[in-house]
Amino acid sequence: MAKKLVIEHLNAWFGAVQAIRDITIDIEENGVTAVIGPSGCGKTTFVRCLNRIHEVVDNAMVSGRVMLDGVDIYSKTSDPVLVRRRIGMVFQKPNPFPTMSIFENVAAGVKLNGVRRKDRIADTVERSLKSAALWEEVKDKLHKPATTLSGGQQQRLCIARTIAIEPEVVLMDEPASALDPISTARIEELIQQIKERYTIVIVTHNMQQAARVSDYTGFFLLGELIEFDRTSDIFTNPRDKRTEDYITGRFG
Amino acid sequence: MSSLSYLRRRAINGLMLVLSYGSALLGVAMLLLILLYTVGRGAAAINWDFFVRLPRPPGETGGGIANAIVGSFIVVGVASAMAIPVGIMAGIYLSEFGRGRFASVVRYFADVLNGIPSIVAGIVAYAIVVLPMHGFSAFSGGVALAILMLPIITRTSEELLKTVPGTIREAALALGIPQWKVTIFVVLRTALTGIITGVMLAVARVGGETAPLLFTAFNNSFLSLRLDQPISTMTVLIYNYASSPYRDWNEIAWGAAFVLIAIVLIVNVVSKLFTKTKYAL
Ligand SMILES: Nc1ncnc2c1ncn2[C@@H]1O[C@H](COP(=O)(O)OP(=O)(O)O)[C@@H](O)[C@H]1O
Ligand SMILES: [Mg+2]
Repeated sequence: MAKKLVIEHLNAWFGAVQAIRDITIDIEENGVTAVIGPSGCGKTTFVRCLNRIHEVVDNAMVSGRVMLDGVDIYSKTSDPVLVRRRIGMVFQKPNPFPTMSIFENVAAGVKLNGVRRKDRIADTVERSLKSAALWEEVKDKLHKPATTLSGGQQQRLCIARTIAIEPEVVLMDEPASALDPISTARIEELIQQIKERYTIVIVTHNMQQAARVSDYTGFFLLGELIEFDRTSDIFTNPRDKRTEDYITGRFG
Repeated sequence: MSSLSYLRRRAINGLMLVLSYGSALLGVAMLLLILLYTVGRGAAAINWDFFVRLPRPPGETGGGIANAIVGSFIVVGVASAMAIPVGIMAGIYLSEFGRGRFASVVRYFADVLNGIPSIVAGIVAYAIVVLPMHGFSAFSGGVALAILMLPIITRTSEELLKTVPGTIREAALALGIPQWKVTIFVVLRTALTGIITGVMLAVARVGGETAPLLFTAFNNSFLSLRLDQPISTMTVLIYNYASSPYRDWNEIAWGAAFVLIAIVLIVNVVSKLFTKTKYAL
């Protein structure tokens, strides 16, 4: 399999506080890579560095290289706006645009990136909502405010909004942590369905979830990548004592 | 706890309740008094002619305040055309980009400007517009009112834009939308109903100003649509007519006061309706 993202010596800071240290990891194309680890170990910061959204926080800094198809997204000539069109992100808390309808939420990315044709926009919205397994539930109320949806539906809406711009990589930061078990199961199912078309990096602190959905797993601790391997190997045969302790629930 | 202290607490509670209800009632009563009095005195002067005719000399009955109504709309329109876009853009700057020293200075100036007496805005407009243009004008009145509107709109826009959660900005940026489009089509849009309300209240507020217009827009007995000529406004007309010795002019002043209050009330109610739309944040 090809390497979609090659991450080398990635460091990130919030002011003087270093959140991740010297992360080196390859992300396989069309695979699902899970990032696990206890709270505060830098999982969120790590994925936020992959689409250059970390740097929008005041005083935030990044060093190191993130190669997308061989080109460093942090090079001087790289435009963060274009990077984010290729690497989409679903956030931990569902964050639909509150003053927009369901339709407008999904259409926002393509519309604001210059697509004018109404029929093309409508097609994109329908296709994305179908991919996100939300179409059946919302097709009769596309023009209702997005905020009228339940939390689980809002998160699937955010997934639809992200895949509407046809990114190559989808980053998901604990996409199900704010949801009930049924909604969580739907999101996991959804990940299985869309993974052939996208490269997915998913943060989770739920180890069963990582085991269920991912092909590769990286274990983070205190801002460092402790171990990275096939998910089956990480869970059955961890090489590092700390990984073993974590997945067997001895801490974290 | 002893029952005595409980009784005492209940008594104090009762007393405070009466006091606060009383104060609230007083506030409402004042508003009602103003409304009833203005309606009572003003309604009699209101008829179709009042809106479409020009004032008559004292002693002649009939006539209206068409020139003042049109003039007020023109002066407030000029002020809005200047202050609304600049104010909203300044608000966007302060909320979205205003981190450094310059932003604190702008914020501080806006707050100070917010507190200046309206007559001072009038003097400034007199100095920077009336004197160089060698004459009173609708435009100078607009400038005076714009000076008053600008800080209100700037600070309200800033505050409302700041209520838009950072997660919304990040969601938009993560879609590969350029920063300026995020600001206008997502952040501004999210706060828009609130900003419109704030703008409308600012418009209603300066619409009731008299002092800054006395030596800028000045006055005009005739209907004028020109920005470079003196123009009549409802507030200045009320001021002149109410203090005149002629009874029928006094009546016209009451009628104009009634119209003015009605407009302000309508603007307030409409802006309330705006905040109640289903898409409000
Ligand atoms: N906005 C921020 N400002 C300062 N420090 C932050 C901020 N966000 C996160 N951090 C710090 O960075 C570290 C990593 O946080 P995060 O990436 O959110 O961890 P995780 O997602 O694994 O829980 C933590 O120590 C946290 O306190
Ligand atoms: Mg996190």
